[in-house]
Amino acid sequence: MNKVDLSVNVGSLKLRNPILLASGTVGYGNEMSEFIDLNKIGGIVTKSLSLKPRKGNPPQRVVETSAGMLNSIGLANVGVEVFLKEKIPFLKNYDVPLICNIAASSIEEYVECTKILTGEETIKAFEINVSCPNVKEGGLQFGNDLNAVGEITEKVKACTNKPVIIKLSPNVSYISEFAKVVKQEGGDAVSAINTLVGTSFNIFSKRPKLFNVTGGLSGPAIKPVALAKVLEIKRSVEIPIIGIGGIMNWKDVIEFMIVGSSAIQIGTANFINPKIADEIIKDLENYCSTNGIERISELTGSYII
Amino acid sequence: MLIVKSPVEKTIKLENNIILLKVYAPEISSTIKPGQFLNILVSDSYSPLLRRPFSVCDIEGDFIFLMFNILGEGTKILAQKLKGETINILGPLGHGFNIEGDYNTAVIVAGGLGAAPFPYFVRALPKNKKNISFVGGKNSNDVITYGLNNISVSTDDGTMGYKGTVIGLLNENLELLKKDKIKIFACGPNPMLKALKEFTIINKFECEISIESAMACGFGICQGCPVESTNTKDKYSLVCKDGPVFNVKDIVL
Repeated sequence: MNKVDLSVNVGSLKLRNPILLASGTVGYGNEMSEFIDLNKIGGIVTKSLSLKPRKGNPPQRVVETSAGMLNSIGLANVGVEVFLKEKIPFLKNYDVPLICNIAASSIEEYVECTKILTGEETIKAFEINVSCPNVKEGGLQFGNDLNAVGEITEKVKACTNKPVIIKLSPNVSYISEFAKVVKQEGGDAVSAINTLVGTSFNIFSKRPKLFNVTGGLSGPAIKPVALAKVLEIKRSVEIPIIGIGGIMNWKDVIEFMIVGSSAIQIGTANFINPKIADEIIKDLENYCSTNGIERISELTGSYII
Repeated sequence: MLIVKSPVEKTIKLENNIILLKVYAPEISSTIKPGQFLNILVSDSYSPLLRRPFSVCDIEGDFIFLMFNILGEGTKILAQKLKGETINILGPLGHGFNIEGDYNTAVIVAGGLGAAPFPYFVRALPKNKKNISFVGGKNSNDVITYGLNNISVSTDDGTMGYKGTVIGLLNENLELLKKDKIKIFACGPNPMLKALKEFTIINKFECEISIESAMACGFGICQGCPVESTNTKDKYSLVCKDGPVFNVKDIVL
């Protein structure tokens, strides 16, 4: 078996392989470390962090749907201060690129969080969750507003020299317009896609199953949508893409890379099999080796249409 | 925490459509404590997609028993498993019952399928502890007494035992309970647990309850199973990691 090069670059961010663990499905690393060797993973993306700790939504927060699940966790997290004090020391034990996901309810809060975190050397990049309500604008999501996404990218970039990845919402007409704005304002990469808005009702009580009424749909049910969004971005903007959406196995990873992803994130699958990242990395090595692919990065955007 | 593929030994149909699944799982049977749970993937297909939480009903050597009734797609698939077919088990998960401690008699209070974790609980009790059980149900079809001893039964409609709730039945036996040094261990529907909390606070009984919640992962990363804590208003406890067994005083029901 020939040695295969699984390493990839997402802009200036170098990863030993294209497998990242998605925000909200890996906590702050410690639970997952019981199942997999974090040193073998391409990188981990933290649970969304906000300036202050957030309690999150009351139950019910998750509901299973056909080949997927809805969640409305409500950005429950420890906040940046506790993260630096209590979570970073554990992560320092590992040689795994750490990407901090940031959530906020104002542009100032995004900036403030980035400023506080950027000095921490363990953090290699930021992923900005723009699928959060903008409190000043009456709760409209930043992610649905081109100007807001542009302004967040510009202002976050201005306060860090680490790569800034904007995690795009699929709940828009043209996701590529948002990717263009990110590029214009100096963003280093986009991750696509965040969850799709969905809901589920109890047919007997006629009440929503989630306390928050709607939630974010994830899992294999959304994979075709995610692939189409990644392809749309790839065909209209030159910016590195991290593909996300229902990846369950190595074949899904290859498919996401073919349509344009430089790296990918595993999300919901971690809940079902916390060892999945490890298994997929081995399978990818095997696939490349048997198919004469020397560098997996060759696959990115290799589609033939 | 382990992930194991465990072969089914047999499926036993109890009364009232309750199913007992006997599974070969030595790694689990040798380490799990009463009240801990397992998150089980019933098939490799995407439907159902997620694992399902089950308490361990009983243990016999290298075998574990799961108790359930057929409610949805997952339990339907589980009930149809043949000998030799496997299920994928993640566990043991969470905190179980504290069976040691300063009491003489374990008082089990179970509503409906809430009886599931107690056969193993009874088996695991220290030799110097006695146990009695109060089992409630909506009607006689809802009463599950498998693996329990010294049982008193209540039904809402009076089709079996005391007519009324299991808390009513406890109140009927209050004098008896107060004579002994007891600790209550309970599992059942939320209204029952709510009433039980009040009952135990009024009567100053120690009480641990096992609660249910929707969840995805079962080990703390999805944050899908919050329960309000009485100790802090700033954050929720998680049923999977901080529970599923709680001191009744520690959570808001």
